[in-house]
Amino acid sequence: MDYTLNFGAVFRGLDNLLAGLLLGLEMGLAGLLIGSVIGILAALAAVYGGRPARILVTTYVGLVRNVPILVLALFAFFALPQIGIRFSNVVTFAAVLAVYAGAYLTESFRAAILVIPKGITEAAASIGLTRTGTAIWVILPIALRNALPSVGNNFISLFKDTSIAAVIAVPELTFQARKINNESFRIIEVWIVASLMYVATCALLAAGLRGLERLFPKF
Amino acid sequence: MQSFASVLDVSSGLLLRGLALTVAISIAAVLAGSVIGTVIGPILTYGGRLSALPFRVFVDVVRGTPVLVLILASYYMPAGLGISPGPIEAGVVALSIFCASHVGETLRGALVAIPPTQIDAGRSIGLTFPRMLWYVLLPQALRQIAPNFVNTAVEIVKASSLLSAIGVGELLLTTQEIVGRTFMTMEFYALAGALYLAVNLTIGAGGWWLERRFSAR
Repeated sequence: MDYTLNFGAVFRGLDNLLAGLLLGLEMGLAGLLIGSVIGILAALAAVYGGRPARILVTTYVGLVRNVPILVLALFAFFALPQIGIRFSNVVTFAAVLAVYAGAYLTESFRAAILVIPKGITEAAASIGLTRTGTAIWVILPIALRNALPSVGNNFISLFKDTSIAAVIAVPELTFQARKINNESFRIIEVWIVASLMYVATCALLAAGLRGLERLFPKF
Repeated sequence: MQSFASVLDVSSGLLLRGLALTVAISIAAVLAGSVIGTVIGPILTYGGRLSALPFRVFVDVVRGTPVLVLILASYYMPAGLGISPGPIEAGVVALSIFCASHVGETLRGALVAIPPTQIDAGRSIGLTFPRMLWYVLLPQALRQIAPNFVNTAVEIVKASSLLSAIGVGELLLTTQEIVGRTFMTMEFYALAGALYLAVNLTIGAGGWWLERRFSAR
């Protein structure tokens, strides 16, 4: 094996790699925020809505969770423009991430809502809160705190899924790494560095999540 | 202007071959990964801090890396070491490593949850540790992780779609080729999604059936 490690090319491209990493985090955050809105609404609909709402939410979750995210992204990026829905590749992928995250977050929030003891709802009714009022002022704050670990783990998975955006030429970390790979042939170095950047970011996110969990403990 | 039905008629063989390759790759990766993961799990749980360390590092690095990066790394990196595997081999290796790390970590969680009294009881009837693992600890732990295992299998099937990025002729790449020829993006990407949905729902249903069989015991 006559391959001598030389990290020069990778270090020259380091600001590209870091810019890609940042873009991944931004897309992940956008996906998480919008996905959370979708998730909370869908979870509330599934728990408090009637049978048709539950069937709709179950279909949405089942569909999005069982189809690869790459298929969803290619559909959104190549098929939707044919009916007029066309956005940049970054926006398209962030939207796909939001829909994808929404499905997983729906399950997280639904579980968090269902764990709340029935006594809480009864207490809220006994002080005169309507069903909507109970849902907004009593159930939701508790459920959001309960769901925090699950949401945090979803965000870490979501951040890793942003690497798939490289397939539709979004200039995030994996795309930049592949570019350095193709231009400099420093194969082993660039993939070690890219992988370690992902691992380090995930470790930092996990540590941050543990800190947040200590700040907002489960009910 | 061709109709969807006529194109489907012509390309159905191609699509089925892509689907078959997807299923074959997924099965290979899940099998290999589960075997390796079943070895890694006990090492992580029962190995000393020193001997478990390389496996701990391996599992944490693999779990912190996106699957696409694992796939691209296992496709490009061997060239630097002088070997040149094909894209299918590289893809199966990457997916197996991915599966092994997930199974190993989940198995570790299940093994840690087994009360230590089980090990004491095993020792008191004279079982050596390997026998304890095979007859007492692993059966309980593997039964425990069965639902999670189904999720991992579904993740592997979804991750196999990423092998299209390194040129493996599985379902997604085949779909892209057909779309490239006919420009019927909506129809064929929807069809691909439906096929993946069918495969994964089948895996889920199989998992339900297995769970019912095992809990009836």
